[in-house]
Formats: sequence, structure tokens, C-alpha cells
Amino acid sequence: MNFSSLYSSISFIKPEITISITLILLVVFDLIFQKKKTIIPIIALLGLFISGIFVINELYRSGFAFSLGNKRFGMVTIDSFGSYFKLLVIVTSILIVFFSYSSSEIQKVKDRLGEYYVLLFGMILGMLFLISSSDLILIYLSMELLSLSSYVLAGFTKLRDRNSEASLKYLIFGAVSSGTMLFGISLIYGLLGSTNLYDINIALRALNVDWFTFYFAVLLMFVGIGYKISAVPFHFWTPDVYEGAPISITAFLSVASKAAGFAFLIRILKTALVSGVEPDGTWQMIHSFDWKTLIAILSVLTMTLGNFTALWQNNLKRMLAYSSVAHAGYLLLGVAVLSDIGVESVLIYFAFYMLMNIGSFYIVMLIANKTGSEDINDYNGMGYATPFLGVSFAIFLVSLIGLPPTAGFIGKLYVFIALINSKMVILAVIAVINSVVSLYYYIRVLKHMFLTKSEKPLEKFKISLPNKVFVLVLVIPVLVLGIYFTPVVDLAKSCITILGF
Amino acid sequence: MEHISLQHFLVVSSILFSLGIYAVVTRKNAILVLMGIELILNAANINFVAFSRYGNFGLSGEITALFVIILAAAEAAIALAIVLNIYKTFSNVNVDEINKLKE
Repeated sequence: MNFSSLYSSISFIKPEITISITLILLVVFDLIFQKKKTIIPIIALLGLFISGIFVINELYRSGFAFSLGNKRFGMVTIDSFGSYFKLLVIVTSILIVFFSYSSSEIQKVKDRLGEYYVLLFGMILGMLFLISSSDLILIYLSMELLSLSSYVLAGFTKLRDRNSEASLKYLIFGAVSSGTMLFGISLIYGLLGSTNLYDINIALRALNVDWFTFYFAVLLMFVGIGYKISAVPFHFWTPDVYEGAPISITAFLSVASKAAGFAFLIRILKTALVSGVEPDGTWQMIHSFDWKTLIAILSVLTMTLGNFTALWQNNLKRMLAYSSVAHAGYLLLGVAVLSDIGVESVLIYFAFYMLMNIGSFYIVMLIANKTGSEDINDYNGMGYATPFLGVSFAIFLVSLIGLPPTAGFIGKLYVFIALINSKMVILAVIAVINSVVSLYYYIRVLKHMFLTKSEKPLEKFKISLPNKVFVLVLVIPVLVLGIYFTPVVDLAKSCITILGF
Repeated sequence: MEHISLQHFLVVSSILFSLGIYAVVTRKNAILVLMGIELILNAANINFVAFSRYGNFGLSGEITALFVIILAAAEAAIALAIVLNIYKTFSNVNVDEINKLKE
């Protein structure tokens, strides 16, 4: 390897390098400032902002980094699709830093705040590499980096039994599914002689592969992907971990971790398993295997099970966990279209999903800070005790249902347009029916907040100004983007380039 | 060495993988579940090394196996810490009895 190519490769991964440096700085500052931990979130924010600027600067840059020998393809692929997801992850992380700052759960373990941010940055680094890597080994390593940090964070506060239980369940499910994925990778390596996605694609076109073994190996790999995006047969950890983990981590897992998983799924379909792209943007899959039906079945199962189980949940965190399973189903519909329009709808949906999901978790956190409970019966009359939070929560929930004039409606609309464009009307109908089902459990929360009287009189509680500003920062885009959504749509349209053939 | 072929290695690794999955599904003790996970990872490792040796793919398989060994060690460290934490709160490590989060 010559050094000039190494240097040019390094220029491709500036955001990741920034995150790594910040991680080391956080460890050092945690050791220096034993007493005063206020500087740590500031350093974390600075690192995230700088790396965000790098991502924005390179939004439309594309190329391969860290190629071996004379090969054109590298272990890391930089393209606008990946940059969009990286931007999403970094914006989510910035929101989560503010989120953790006002969470009383995290503030109770203040002396370990340094560790918390170090582990958080481990997760972010894993996500950024998972989004852009195009080599199965690097994918496995970054997925493990992401998972190992999140196992610890799920049980970080150790305040209640449920924290440690959440981390054990997350660990067992995660380790088994990533081990299964590794076994699948080893079979693919044996069949095709490479772990690079582009080499795999070339080998699949040229060689006469033993297709049964190949699809078996790919299905083993899908266990790992399904676990990351909590798609249905692999979703069992989701409700328990989301309920048991500290709520800032729950919000982070439900948005950023899922985004990284989806980026990985779409990249693997588009680079390794595609044989050509038609002029209208539809992908032709190699060996004409029916990926469309497989992913469509998975997505229908995911959203139906998520929505129907959410109906019975009384714990708000658990309900939002099932709702995030259901949203993974809607997002999988966008992938099932297997075309550029489908990818575009996934990108649009994710931007809106980030705003509304973090917003609703934030409000659940603010109320839990005061009342110490996430049970739906403790929300009785809450809409009058704190009208501001009540109205904002209503807006977030309406957006999660997908009703106009909120951003959630636009997200669903684009997924449905993509489905109807590729003549998958039945799936669109099933998704609409699912949205109607979801109406019940979202509205039920509002019923408890505004229509049910509380048994004991609730005293009005005040929300501090920073918390109000944070909620407004999320509520206003949800409303405005519901009407004026062109900026997000334009950004998503310009970011569907995935480097491939 | 002539009479040991790639198939032998693949049979061993498949048996290890199945045993690992079996251990994860049936064992109740969290430590034994973790041992099952180690079996799964080592099955994949055997595959990597065997394919690399018999398929003439260079050294990439062996290097991957090294990475996986390091990761398995890191995972074991974190897993044991979490199990220790479970033992402190529940005073047992029985996976079946740790179910406070079910409704």
C-alpha cells in the first residue's frame, strides 16, 4: 500500500476521526475534572458539531477509501446516501446530549457522567462506520462496537432491577444474532472468496454459485440486520430493553441505531445483490430471487404485530417501543419497493420519524421526572396540569399516527406513493389499515391526558425554560414540515446515490 | 494431512454452531448461555480459517479470525460484568427467573 492513497483515504473519514478524538478527549477530561463534570457535555457537543460540519461539507462527495492493492473498491464507501444517514445520526446524537442533560435518571449518576458519554460516542462511532462500510468484516466489527456500547448503556444507571434485566436481555439477543450473522459471513466468504460487497457482486455475476448455500448464508446475515432494525421474528428484545433502559438511551436506540441498521440493509441490497438498475429506478436483483416478497412479508408481519401488541400496553415506554417496531414495518415497506423511489421515501420518513419519536420520548421523560412513573393511569388529567406538554404530546402522537397537517403524514404519504408507483397497492392498503389500528392506542393516551379526571388533584407543574425550548425545537419542525416539506424532500432526492454498478 | 479435507472442517463447524444454538435455547443459567454464544463465534472462526487455507484466498480469513477472537474476548468481558450486575440485584443468574419486565 502506498502512503498517498492512505492519506487520501483518511480524508474520507473525517467525521469518524473527529468522533474518535472526542472520545479520547472525553476519557482524559473525565480523569482530570473529577469533581466538576459540567465540561463533559460541552466537549461532546463540540465534537458532534465539528463532525456534523464535516458531514455537511462532504454531503455530495463520493468515492472509495481503504482499497487493498490495485482494487478500485475499498472497505469504506463514501456516497451521499451514507452522508444523509450520518447527518441523521449526528443530529440525533446532538439532541440526545441535550436530552441526557435534562434527564433526572442520568443526572442521578452524575459521578459516572464521563463513562456515559464515552460509551455514547462508542455507539456513534459504530453507527457511522456501519453506515459507510462496504466490507462484511468491517460491517461486523462496527456492528459489534455499536452493540457492545449499547449493552452497557442499557443497564447504565443501575437504579432499579429493570436496568440490569434490560442489559442482560439485550446482550443475549444481540450476541446470538450477531454470532449467527458472523457464521453467515463466513459461509459467504467460503463461497465467493471475498468479504467485500463489490467483489461479492462481481463473483455472483461471474461464477456459478451454489445458490441454496448462498441464500442460506444471506438469511443468516439477515438475522443480524433484523435484530438491529427490530423486524419481526427478531424483535423480542425491543419492548423489554426499551422499557428497562434509561429513557435517553431508549430514544437513541429507537432512532439512530435503527437508522444505521436500515442504511446497512439498503446498502447490502443495492451493492451486493443487485444486477442492474432500470431507467425508472427499479433494481433488478441477481438470480431473480424474490426479495420483494420476502421483505414485504417481513414488513407486514412487523407492523401488524407491533401495532396490535401496542394496544394492550399500559407503560408508555413499552407502548412507544411497540410503536417503534410498527414504524420499522412501515420503513421496511419503503425498502421492499426495491427502487430509488423506495430509498427516497425511507430517507424522508426517517427525518420525520427522528423528530416525532425523540419528541414523544422527551415528553414522557419530562413527566416521569416529576411523577416518577410511566404508567398510563398516572397521566390522568395531565393535559390540564401542564397544558404546554399536553398539547405538544398531542402533536407528536398525531404525527406518529400519520395524520395531516403533521410531518408524519408526509412521511407515510411518500412511502405509499412509492408502493403505488410500483403496483404494490395491497401493501399500501394493509399499511393504511395498520395506521387506523395505531390510532386507537395513540389516542388512548390523549384520552387519559385530557378526558379522564385524576383521582387525586394534580398540582400544576412548571417546565423550565431550556426544556420548553427543546420541546419547541422539535414541535415546530413537526408542524412546519407537515405543510412546507420541500426542503426535506429535495435533500432526500439529491441523496439517493449509492455507489454501485 | 492428505486425508483431512475441507468437508471435515465444515462438519465440525456446523456441529459446533448447532450445539451453540442448542445451548442458548435450552440452558437456563446465563453463564452457560454465554458459553453457547462462544461456540457460535468459534464455529464461524473455524470456517474462516478452513476456507482461507483450502480456498487459496490469501490470509484474509486468518486475519478475520484474529479480529473475531479479540471481539469475543471483549464481548465476554462485558457479558460477565452484566451477569455480575444481575447477580447483585437478583441474587441468581437464572435467565427464566429474570422477568420483571413482562406484563
